[in-house]
Amino acid sequence: MSRQANRGTESKKMNSELFTLTYGALVTQLCKDYENDEDVNKQLDKMGYNIGVRLIEDFLARSNVGRCHDFRETADVIAKVAFKMYLGITPSVTNWSAAGDEFSLILENNPLVDFVELPDNHSGLIYSNLLCGVLRGALEMVQMAIDVKFVQDTLKGDNVTEIRLKFIKRIEENLPAGEE
Amino acid sequence: MVVYSVYVVNKAGGLIYQYDNYSPRNDVEKTFSYPLDLVLKVYDERVVVSFGQRDGIKVGYAVLSINGFDVNGRYTADNRDVLEYLNTSYNYPLAIRFGRPRLTSNEKLMLASMFHSLFAIGSQLSPEPGSSGIEVLETDTFKLHCFQTLTGIKFIVLADPRQAGIDSLLRKIYEIYSDFALKNPFYSLEMPIRCDLFEQNLKVALEIAEKAGTFGAGS
Repeated sequence: MSRQANRGTESKKMNSELFTLTYGALVTQLCKDYENDEDVNKQLDKMGYNIGVRLIEDFLARSNVGRCHDFRETADVIAKVAFKMYLGITPSVTNWSAAGDEFSLILENNPLVDFVELPDNHSGLIYSNLLCGVLRGALEMVQMAIDVKFVQDTLKGDNVTEIRLKFIKRIEENLPAGEE
Repeated sequence: MVVYSVYVVNKAGGLIYQYDNYSPRNDVEKTFSYPLDLVLKVYDERVVVSFGQRDGIKVGYAVLSINGFDVNGRYTADNRDVLEYLNTSYNYPLAIRFGRPRLTSNEKLMLASMFHSLFAIGSQLSPEPGSSGIEVLETDTFKLHCFQTLTGIKFIVLADPRQAGIDSLLRKIYEIYSDFALKNPFYSLEMPIRCDLFEQNLKVALEIAEKAGTFGAGS
């Protein structure tokens, strides 16, 4: 029978080291393949996007969250459910803009950077930029266009790692029928 | 209790997966002598019964085979026109098999996108604001259950009206889809699903659903 026949709704636990080391190998290989950090960042974002558009279905199928009716709800689901489920951490949601269309995720301990020290010649590299792509891709599939970027990174000497999410618009043309 | 078939429709309304789990066979074979007391006509490149229901042969049934040889649309196996052949007295007696014509994959595709549109129309016609579209369509002989995900994919299950637990079956199919189609890196999004693992797991889920009537926790 299938290897996942007995897989329930709770996800399989696995050691995160294999994941972080694989991610490290990916980033170093990209650094070798591309001349400048900007291209590496772009490539990581693109890969993340491709992961995100698939991951969202897994997330929706496994967690019983319904449609979010405002961006605050979305922020909560991302921080408390999604990050918990896939990375085992719960970032805090802060720095709301007055309009409520922008917030920050503060990552206390980013599992991707467990063993990383950024060398001096890669000051432009956004090491965990894959996460931005994942968030963008996943939210695009639920008809939200957002802008995601790292504004602080402990790898670069900041105190915390901060991901900034900005709501751009609802993608009306992708809205499934029966959803207002 | 049975689940008849499963359809998966992508957000553009294209059919990306179809599986017939069980289709009741109601073919009737009978030996006829000349003249044939059924009125036949050609419809949609098939020879169908238009009048003269008898012995379980109903209006709308198509000629499937003559003397054991499958007909090919409106032509016999040896390429003669079926109507002409049946009007020739010296061919008789003949054993003719009638049955409901099966949907071709093209027709299934058309029907799926038609349902997609009906779903959209349904949610707009609804007097209640914020209506979700067609979730269940009930007939005498089957019930159609539709589950639309937040991303716009529709999972449709046709089942016996008495079959219980279809809601959890639909959720289960969503899970199987996210596992075995989306996590397969060689599957491209929005395209027809041709993944063996997906099909295998779907079959298992259907079996469990049919047996139990419902999914218990942890099944």
